[in-house]
Amino acid sequence: MTLADVSPAANRTAAERLGSVSSGNALELRGVTKLFGALAAISDVTLTVRPGERRAVLGSNGAGKTTLFNCVTGDFLPTSGTIRLFGEDVTRFPAHERIRRGLRRTYQISLLFGGLSVADNVYLACRGVSRGRFSLLRPGSNDVLVARAAELVEAVRLTAARDVMVANLSYGQQRQLEIALALAGAPRFILFDEPAAGLSPTERSELVSILTNLPGHIGFIIIEHDMDVALRVATSVTMMHNGRIFKEGTPQEIVNDAEVQELYLGGGSHG
Amino acid sequence: MLFERVPPLWWAIGLLLLAMPLFASNFVLYQIFGWTFILGMIGLSLMFLAGYGGMVSLIQMTVAALAGYMVAILGTSGVPAISLGWPWWLHIPVAILIAALFGTLVGALAVRTEGIYTIMITLAIASAFFYFARQNYGLFNGYTGFNNVLPPQLFGIDWRQPAPFYYLTLACAALSYAAVVYVARSPFGLALQGVRDNPRRMGALGFSVTAHRILAYTFASVIAAVGGILLVWQNAQVSPGTAGIPQVIDILVIAVVGGIKRPIGPFIGALIYVLLRVFSPDMLLAVGLSGERFKLLIGFGFLVIVFFSPDGVLGLWEKFKARREQSRDPLRGGRP
Repeated sequence: MTLADVSPAANRTAAERLGSVSSGNALELRGVTKLFGALAAISDVTLTVRPGERRAVLGSNGAGKTTLFNCVTGDFLPTSGTIRLFGEDVTRFPAHERIRRGLRRTYQISLLFGGLSVADNVYLACRGVSRGRFSLLRPGSNDVLVARAAELVEAVRLTAARDVMVANLSYGQQRQLEIALALAGAPRFILFDEPAAGLSPTERSELVSILTNLPGHIGFIIIEHDMDVALRVATSVTMMHNGRIFKEGTPQEIVNDAEVQELYLGGGSHG
Repeated sequence: MLFERVPPLWWAIGLLLLAMPLFASNFVLYQIFGWTFILGMIGLSLMFLAGYGGMVSLIQMTVAALAGYMVAILGTSGVPAISLGWPWWLHIPVAILIAALFGTLVGALAVRTEGIYTIMITLAIASAFFYFARQNYGLFNGYTGFNNVLPPQLFGIDWRQPAPFYYLTLACAALSYAAVVYVARSPFGLALQGVRDNPRRMGALGFSVTAHRILAYTFASVIAAVGGILLVWQNAQVSPGTAGIPQVIDILVIAVVGGIKRPIGPFIGALIYVLLRVFSPDMLLAVGLSGERFKLLIGFGFLVIVFFSPDGVLGLWEKFKARREQSRDPLRGGRP
């Protein structure tokens, strides 16, 4: 199976129902600023991402990329500005309300359940956004969520490691599982926080194919230091510098931009 | 489907336990195995919280004793001035319910803390209960507690006779064990293990971490309560000392010695504890030491086991098995 059919019909109709209130943009940030004391981690960030768009956010360490993610997921409230998710103002919403509206995120450092198997980790992620979280009854062999979890495990190419305890997975496999958890439920927009960090070249190309094979209706933002990965999966690029948006454009425009080369790509050193 | 994964060793142990009254003495049935099953159940309730929930609670013995007290107070005892004399079908469920409510309340307080603070807060409540029961004469009958607390004569059987009591405790222990094994793989049990491994991510997946922790106390308290009622029937009495600080600590020792990661651990720990409790005075006397020093022996055994295997006796067994598999097939590194 491919990733194109991992979203069941029921979830799709729910997504369409929510989609009917949308103004056309998946994510819309207007003048978002986050201050830590006197330090502006991000300042006056205005950013629009269309549904299904894949955006890479690039920038050196401390450019404010992860802070941007934390504001979007609701881990931090922004000091000022508004955040709209599918047209709805979610600036003051708690994290789980945003998750229920189809937002997902992966973490830079894997936050997984080390004492449980791969299948159980994904099953929990599926269970978290549905009913029956407190059920004392074991899921039957024809349980919808068990089947859905198995699909997701396959989608991130972990079927062979399905019953392995997560603490015993390789680092690369943990990163793949991290993506499976983000795909649970009916995601419509995903934030990937440095998914390629620490991966081997083979695992990187695996990751690129997982990301490019995501169903077309799922948009995402990817923070990535590996330009090769970022520019292969993204359809548009935002460059950040010192907490501000510095440049936006297609991957080709960004690569060829003289200012970007000066600042980020190492001052035009062509090898 | 449920039985296909049960290894032959378990069938053998099951048959042996069922056939035990055919050859074992009354003392072994009542004093060794009856007590082992009871302490194992109370240890199991701690194992559920600690092994699956990552919460080390010292309140389980107190929950058990409270259930025992409730059976004495609501049912019949040697203190008719206090006991209400309700029929068994009423006083037993109500006793379990009250103990479970108490355990849930303690849980609601304790889950706001982590690690050593959970141990401290539950130990504080356990000692408060001990002193309260000892000083309260209106309800708990103070220092003496209640004597003559007997199980109901159901089906014309005296359940305090060795063989019936053995089967009663065996059935309760087996049911509790099966319930824990089953629930561990249910959405609730899996979510509890998720909360143990990574509470922050569980919250981000849409689970209420606090609610799962508190309900784990409720579930564990029901098992402890049943164990507590059996314990009171076995001794035919309940007093503040039933849930004294040494008894509270003993449950922790039992669970840790047996192994806190799997539900069978507390039963193994309980068997070791009971055997040491029952036979160490004789052993000590035989080598010329005072029989009262049996706690020294238990403490020493605890030290040795925890030193060599933090996962208790089960951990030792698993290490041994892994080593045997490795020596069997060196080319494939131990996993056939």
